[in-house]
Amino acid sequence: MKGKPLVSIISAGLSKFGKLEGLYGREIFAEAVKEAFDRCPNLNPKDIQALFVGHMGESYEHQGHTGATLADWTGLLHIPATRTETACASSGAALRIGIFSILSGLYDVVMVGGVEKMTNRTTPEVTEFLAMASDFPFEQWHGITFPGLYALMATAHMHKYGTTEEQLAMVAVKNHHNGFLNPKAHMQKEVTLEKALSSRVIAWPLKLYDCSLITDGASCLVLTKPELAKKYTDTPVQIIGTGQASDSIGIYERESFTSLIAAKLAAKQAYQMADVTPKDIDVAEVHDCFTIAEIIAYEDLGFCKPGEGGRLIENGETTLEGSLPVNTSGGLKAKGHPVGATGTAQAYEIYLQLTGQAEKRQVENAEIGLTHNVGGSGATAAVHIFRRE
Amino acid sequence: MSEEKPFTIEQFYKYISQGKLMGGKCKKCGTIYLPPRPVCTKCHSKDFEWIEIQPKGKLLTYTIIHVAPVQFQSMAPYAVGIIQLENGLKIPGIIKNVEHDKIKIGMELKVVFEKTPVNVSQWPQWPRYYFKPA
Ligand SMILES: [Zn+2]
Repeated sequence: MKGKPLVSIISAGLSKFGKLEGLYGREIFAEAVKEAFDRCPNLNPKDIQALFVGHMGESYEHQGHTGATLADWTGLLHIPATRTETACASSGAALRIGIFSILSGLYDVVMVGGVEKMTNRTTPEVTEFLAMASDFPFEQWHGITFPGLYALMATAHMHKYGTTEEQLAMVAVKNHHNGFLNPKAHMQKEVTLEKALSSRVIAWPLKLYDCSLITDGASCLVLTKPELAKKYTDTPVQIIGTGQASDSIGIYERESFTSLIAAKLAAKQAYQMADVTPKDIDVAEVHDCFTIAEIIAYEDLGFCKPGEGGRLIENGETTLEGSLPVNTSGGLKAKGHPVGATGTAQAYEIYLQLTGQAEKRQVENAEIGLTHNVGGSGATAAVHIFRRE
Repeated sequence: MSEEKPFTIEQFYKYISQGKLMGGKCKKCGTIYLPPRPVCTKCHSKDFEWIEIQPKGKLLTYTIIHVAPVQFQSMAPYAVGIIQLENGLKIPGIIKNVEHDKIKIGMELKVVFEKTPVNVSQWPQWPRYYFKPA
């Protein structure tokens, strides 16, 4: 498998991200699917043989059984339609399963994607639903919130490596700048370092601008066998590496609070399969559910040494003009984090980058891209590596 | 040989309600789990024994939670931390009886068991514990 394409992406779609009033999750997903078909005139809905979709919570819309619901609303009946759930990495897992379904030889063309409708609920409700991704009897029961878990990692990182609150805020400033350039981002406005630093505390040391947004959105990709890709498009993007791993559901049992083992393991698998090293990556979308998560991602993915993530952002290496642009889409921070949609939304941005369609956010000559999708506080991580064909 | 109580979360909390912090120790490889597991991650044995863990430790990391879940809102802002117990075990909990700006990584804390009577068998009703300076 080393360095060989596993599958090719022949099209992709993304709904607008934001507070999409009057639209239900299935209708938002239909928007993403429409774009995928519009982008690829050679692709017929009848070509899609299976659907795998990430969706985290049935609580938001009192709607489970998401696979069939989405097939029903997107003109894809009666193909097999299955939901995957790995918290915020749900569509990263859907993508992996889509890859396996093609590699198994059973299917030629499948759709993978994800959706979450969140803004119909109050912030305390969303906070409670998101907390379900963490341990209930030992973390939630003792008053630990989801931002609180990442705050525990941030405090540990600051203590061990001298990472500063300013460096955390720099992640927000960068990602808001990128989101400002992305017409589909939830927050299309710049934020200053001062404003980020003076925003209200959510879970010290994390402030409002250290946290991702409560967002509605959906994303999808169409996958096929590499040898069939050119039948559909002149500009396919290959997936050359995939990795996924798990870790203890409670963060308190982990050896380290400054690194996510699942992310490191997933990255190792993906790098080895793709036969590339961190130095080969031209553009990456990483799981910045909180600013500290992006700094830890730099380290777990090998973009810098452990402890140097704060300096990497401070030196500007991960800005659009830097040596390794990260979260060109605006990331979860500014583009938004409709949890079930995030994994394939990251892949959508990489697809745009590697096909030269990222407009004002375009990274010149981007050839190899990476996505890093984390579930909850790191009990799941999925990493994928992509190559321009 | 005396019959061991089941290695369940419910039993863990029954011990908490008696003021005891108990872990499950793998009889084969010696690994201790807090909370207990039905199977050992290291050696896959299912043969365990309960052992009592000293309810004190060192603070490893902490946060001050300002935006709290509904049932904790009256306490906010409150501190939460993870402490290092003996045998490499760790648990998280709320830190009380200390001003937030006096909290320091490495400080010694002890586990205090709340006396509120609850029916542990009625999910989810578990007794709570918290940490305070030793
Ligand atoms: Zn064992």
